[in-house]
Amino acid sequence: MATLHSSSRRRTVAALATAGALSLAVGCSGSDESATGGGKKDGKVVITMGMYGVMGFKETGLLEQYEKENPNVDIKAEIAGDEQTYYTALQTRLAGGKGLKDIQGIEIGRAKEIVDTQADKFADFADVPGTDHFLPWKQSQITTEDGKVLGLGTDIGPMAVCYRKDYFEQAGLPTDREEVAKLWEGDWKKYVEVGRTFKKDFKGGDVAYMDAASGLFNAMVYGYPEQYYNAEGDLIYDKNPAVKEAWNLAADAAEAGLTAKLRQFQPGWDPGLANGTFATAVCPAWMLGHIGEKAGEANKGKWDVAKAPKGANWGGSFLGVVEQSPVKEEAKKLVAWLTAPEQQAHIFKKQGSVPSSQQALESPEVKQVTSEYFDNAPIGEIFGAAAQEIPDKQVLGRKDGTIKDTFSQGLTLIEQQGTARDEAWETTAERIEKAVG
Amino acid sequence: MPAVATSTTHARRRGALLHRIDVKGAPYAFVAPFFVVFAAFSFYPLVYTSWISLHRVELATLDVMEWVAFDNYVELWNDSRFWNALGNTITIGVISTVPQLLMALGLAHLLNYRMRGSLFFRVASLVPYATSVGAAALVFTMLFERDFGMINWALGAVGLDPVDWEADKWPAQIAISTIVIWRWTGYNALLYLAAMQAIPADRYEAAAIDGASRWKQFTHVTVPGIRSTIVFTIVLSTIGATQLFGEPLIFGQGPNGVSGGADNQYQTLGLLLYEEGWKNYQMGRSATVAWAMFLLLVLVFVAQRLIRRLRSARTS
Repeated sequence: MATLHSSSRRRTVAALATAGALSLAVGCSGSDESATGGGKKDGKVVITMGMYGVMGFKETGLLEQYEKENPNVDIKAEIAGDEQTYYTALQTRLAGGKGLKDIQGIEIGRAKEIVDTQADKFADFADVPGTDHFLPWKQSQITTEDGKVLGLGTDIGPMAVCYRKDYFEQAGLPTDREEVAKLWEGDWKKYVEVGRTFKKDFKGGDVAYMDAASGLFNAMVYGYPEQYYNAEGDLIYDKNPAVKEAWNLAADAAEAGLTAKLRQFQPGWDPGLANGTFATAVCPAWMLGHIGEKAGEANKGKWDVAKAPKGANWGGSFLGVVEQSPVKEEAKKLVAWLTAPEQQAHIFKKQGSVPSSQQALESPEVKQVTSEYFDNAPIGEIFGAAAQEIPDKQVLGRKDGTIKDTFSQGLTLIEQQGTARDEAWETTAERIEKAVG
Repeated sequence: MPAVATSTTHARRRGALLHRIDVKGAPYAFVAPFFVVFAAFSFYPLVYTSWISLHRVELATLDVMEWVAFDNYVELWNDSRFWNALGNTITIGVISTVPQLLMALGLAHLLNYRMRGSLFFRVASLVPYATSVGAAALVFTMLFERDFGMINWALGAVGLDPVDWEADKWPAQIAISTIVIWRWTGYNALLYLAAMQAIPADRYEAAAIDGASRWKQFTHVTVPGIRSTIVFTIVLSTIGATQLFGEPLIFGQGPNGVSGGADNQYQTLGLLLYEEGWKNYQMGRSATVAWAMFLLLVLVFVAQRLIRRLRSARTS
């Protein structure tokens, strides 16, 4: 039986919880934890933003531009490096109702949980004019059943395969991006087959074919409309053939020693990029910026981008405005501007995050974009086409993010510990049970 | 003048009362702030944590609590992760505490010699303690990195195979212990040093006259002389080891840090608590782990007391 408790008690618990989480929440220092958002100060509207990773608004100068165009607005953006840390802090603050920013970033893996459990804490965008340019499936992910829109989409994650041309050449494989794409056209199995050839023929030293089995797993799973949950919200990961198929192929790759046994975005991965310890990585569009930055000038032009075997969507984010914000209307205006087609196109050109705006995707200026770092690959064309291949329906689940992490760890067991795949699956299932139960 | 007399006796009486309140009551007033703060920030959370641990409650919806009585405890008892975390906490605790205290003892002994620049060395031994856990753990994580870490590089230089410090159980636990040892050895050494300096010099002189070597002096004069300090550091280290959290969390980084490695190979009780609360968002289960940790500490100290009492009963 569920009982409701008074809000003051709730607040005390939340305060305790926050204290616990804050000890870990790096990158949130210096902010006033007692209040929500900005406010009006000296005739200026102060809007605070909480973001993670490289979302591109600050990095590409959009925030500055907005301030210049709206001299009465002062934007204070705080960016956490790691999304997991960011989301934990966001959860505790939402629970406590304190320390929130006016605008909060929401990662796709968390969208469903927010829609299901915290819809009342976010402002509605349904009535904001000029926000009808998004991909329908993107917009639907952040819309509640009764039609409340909790945020606006930033980028999406169509995928390609990033590969090292010099290594491919040494392994006797084609290097031209069109021909490379042909090698594995239509089937991820072929991508693994190419890996076996690579392992056999590459004589240039200790280089693995791909970075991590989890990358391949994610790419495959995200190619299906239903992943870990079905549309009714039931957990189906253990019955979904798509998940099992992805698991088995990723396990094949791990057992065949095709991976560098790294964990994506964890220590070891970045130096792996810089030192070239692997030849390919399944790369959602937003990963290009990371690869370029970490692999560095020395590897410029060695990397290239080829079309992935199948379309899928990995990642992407939203910007929401919290209901309590004292400057709600101004914040909503800012979000609408930041996610408008022109701004999304700008971010794509500057750092490669693919627009979630249908209108931006179709604009010629997006289609023409090339990446200098990846040997002038026509990323506008490649990712634009990949975006069209994303299944029209994308069913999200409440604990998608957590389940994804758990599967990555399960694959790590096979890769690093040499655990048998069935046993690793058992362990993963047990952990998911714990995490969602 | 009776009226005046009564008023003075009244005043005197009132004075006596005030005096009594002052004498008897003031100490309570002086210690009160601590107990008020203790009640608000230690006792209340403790009680409330136990209340939460009897419920099923999620972080996102703290206002919805479902009464489950002792289900969380039963579940924890049957959970292999709990026993795994308990085992790891003990093994990491032992391989970090024992070498740490032995090294601290040796270091204190050396610092106790008359030597040039002793102040510098004493301050230097405290520097790791002053470093934040986060900074220290991050640096060590880089040193222990599999592909490009300095330690594997050094192993390679002498012809040894690289070790996967994070993925394998014992290497990971040893690496984490190294961080703990590095941080706390100097601190314990200074505690020992302070105690050693309180040992009267004539005991050493007497021992020297009896022909005791430096080593004999150390084992027969120094160590017995600082026994109570040693017990104190053991108690402190035990509490510290039970709560071990920051080092393994940062050592693993990201999702692996939270779960103490892909195979939970270095998940401590502190990490399990965090995983339940801030990854699975199950506050009830998280609170249960917290209470289990607390009960464990109580158990350890009761056992220690009992052993001590048995021993003193036997010797007397």
